[in-house]
Amino acid sequence: MTTTKSKAASELAAHLAACESFAASAPGPEWLRRLRRNGVTHFTELGFPTTKLEDWIYCNVAPIAKLAFKPSAGADASVTAKQLEPFAFPGWTGSRLVFVNGHFSPALSTLPAPQKGVTVTNLAAALTSGDPLVQAQLAHHAGLDASGFSALNTAFIADGAFIALAPNAVAAEPVHLLFVSAPGDVANTAQPRNLIVAGANSSAKVVEHFVSLGGAAHFTNAVTEVVVGEGANLEHAKFQEENLEAFHIATVQATLARDSRFLSHSISTGARLARHNINLVMIDQGVDCVMNGLYAVGGKQLVDHHTVADHAQPHCGSHEFYHGILGGSSRGVFNGKIFVRKDAQKTDAKQTSRNLLLTDTAIVDTKPQLEILADDVKCTHGATVGQLNDEALFYCRTRGIAEVNARRLLTHAFASEIVNRITVEPVREHLEQVLWARLEELIEKK
Amino acid sequence: MKQPLIEIKNLSAGINGKQILKGINLTVRPGEVHAIMGPNGSGKSTLGYVLAGRKGYDVTGGSVTYDGKDLIELAPEDRAREGLFLAFQYPVEIPGVNNTYFLRAAYNEQRKHRKQEEVDAVDFLAIVKEKMKLLDLPDSMMKRAVNEGFSGGEKKRNEIFQMAVLDPKLAILDETDSGLDIDALRIVAEGVNKLKRPDNAAIVITHYQRLLNYIVPDFVHVLFDGRLIKSGGKELALELEEKGYDWLIGKNGK
Ligand SMILES: Nc1ncnc2c1ncn2[C@@H]1O[C@H](COP(=O)(O)OP(=O)(O)OP(=O)(O)O)[C@@H](O)[C@H]1O
Ligand SMILES: [Mg+2]
Repeated sequence: MTTTKSKAASELAAHLAACESFAASAPGPEWLRRLRRNGVTHFTELGFPTTKLEDWIYCNVAPIAKLAFKPSAGADASVTAKQLEPFAFPGWTGSRLVFVNGHFSPALSTLPAPQKGVTVTNLAAALTSGDPLVQAQLAHHAGLDASGFSALNTAFIADGAFIALAPNAVAAEPVHLLFVSAPGDVANTAQPRNLIVAGANSSAKVVEHFVSLGGAAHFTNAVTEVVVGEGANLEHAKFQEENLEAFHIATVQATLARDSRFLSHSISTGARLARHNINLVMIDQGVDCVMNGLYAVGGKQLVDHHTVADHAQPHCGSHEFYHGILGGSSRGVFNGKIFVRKDAQKTDAKQTSRNLLLTDTAIVDTKPQLEILADDVKCTHGATVGQLNDEALFYCRTRGIAEVNARRLLTHAFASEIVNRITVEPVREHLEQVLWARLEELIEKK
Repeated sequence: MKQPLIEIKNLSAGINGKQILKGINLTVRPGEVHAIMGPNGSGKSTLGYVLAGRKGYDVTGGSVTYDGKDLIELAPEDRAREGLFLAFQYPVEIPGVNNTYFLRAAYNEQRKHRKQEEVDAVDFLAIVKEKMKLLDLPDSMMKRAVNEGFSGGEKKRNEIFQMAVLDPKLAILDETDSGLDIDALRIVAEGVNKLKRPDNAAIVITHYQRLLNYIVPDFVHVLFDGRLIKSGGKELALELEEKGYDWLIGKNGK
């Protein structure tokens, strides 16, 4: 026991040393350097979460600590545009910001045409230009103390996407953020930090897309902070299709102001271990938000979604739809917290988690967690784990569709229900292609 | 006389060990329309499910010969491909599957079975358009997921629409008229009549004589407690409308 303990301690020490040296030497204004040091302090205290922590019971991140830790210094110049072709959305003519190992690659990126009131750039550039919004918002939303991972990301803040909308600005086109991991000999760590600030009554659509080149292990530790201003409307889609050796930990933390709309999607098919934290805080009345999610995994994959709908104020609605398709010996975790604070009367919160098990060896743990302190509220939740609906299968067969095809049709349909909520068509099309292939694999390998 | 399309002989069947059908005898020949009436719970839908091959509905006795084949031996999809169609009393919602896509998948599987070429999306749309006109259906229905969020009447119309496209030899319509308003009822019934040919047949399950004003049956049967206790011509439906079932049940009562 002592040897494993000291080994874990030395692994952690290596990470800490890397944090400290980065925080000490990385450039930036004093406030940023202080922020990074803060991250180091918190990470020192928290370390990596263990399965003793309630929120990490099913998610053993020990293999991450064991990875040789190699924070990447900059974008890998050897990545070519050709290598990125499979990740283009069909018929997409818009812009695309490419981050290689967490760092912006101007050569691989196409910035959108300049538009008044709309800033789409990388965080490093915004830090250099001294955009006051960055200092005002960065790390003000994603809690440093939530888990060691957010702290670690903060200790390494260097680059990521920065999207800002002035009041009333309507982004002319959706923004595609492509995060590419190009693992080398040593598994590298990418820690993109994204900040999206939507001013009052503005509107935008942002897609975060995580992919790998090659099949070697790597570690992504991403944090995205989203600030949705009064009456603003933001759609945020996250699609994780990293390779099956990857470790992916990510937090989306959104602060939603009065009468704002927020549509969140999380589609997760890749990684050996994927942990998604999606936390929405409704800080004022009249917010309407949707959390829409789909995971399709097989083999020995683990995918874990922890979501929070925090109703801090009255008259807000949150609607959550999560579907899971699990094959092989994979494991899925869904934990949906709904907080209804004392003053949050007339809250309307709805949560459904539905899971389809394709094999006897796949497991899913789904758990709603409701904490309701107000009395005049409407909260519903439902979770199912099981096989395809027999009645629907029979119905298909009475129309002449063979049983295996009926199963296939219904499995794809189960995924489509989630994908169809994405309003950006080329993204939907890309997802349908990737999911189709993935589901066929899962169905065949069952 | 024409060869029977379906010949049901002394058919007994049950669900989970509970006996529901207790010896049904029925012969339907091409060109005929048979109506089956009977009180709630008498086994009408069960008969439809057994003929369509639903899992869990076990045949415990008797035989069903369909188009010269042993129907009970066939998988549900093969029954459909051989031209058997069941319009459900409660059509099933399939979220995430587009109505047109679903129907084309079914259509093509049936064509493949008959060694005919599959049709592409464009050609299929032409077929769909024609049948939609026949049933006076709105375009929007084809863009939605199968039956999802459809009203009761829309679901029933969608069943008949599927029937129109799949063009079965034997259609079993299980209370397709309930949930339809009088205009929809007329349109649906006229659609069914237009699809009627000397080489196909229908079994129409209904509670209401009013449907039979539009779809005129050659035979009317009364199903009670798992047996056909009375058969007659179309005038039997009128008699039932007037007198109910008691006079029949009295004679055959439990
Ligand atoms: N899954 C089941 N398990 C047990 N009994 C069942 C099941 N499904 C139906 N039954 C019973 O079988 C009998 C016949 O039902 P069926 O649905 O065939 O009647 P029906 O004549 O179609 O009635 P209705 O006019 O109400 O549609 C009823 O007593 C019903 O309760
Ligand atoms: Mg019935």
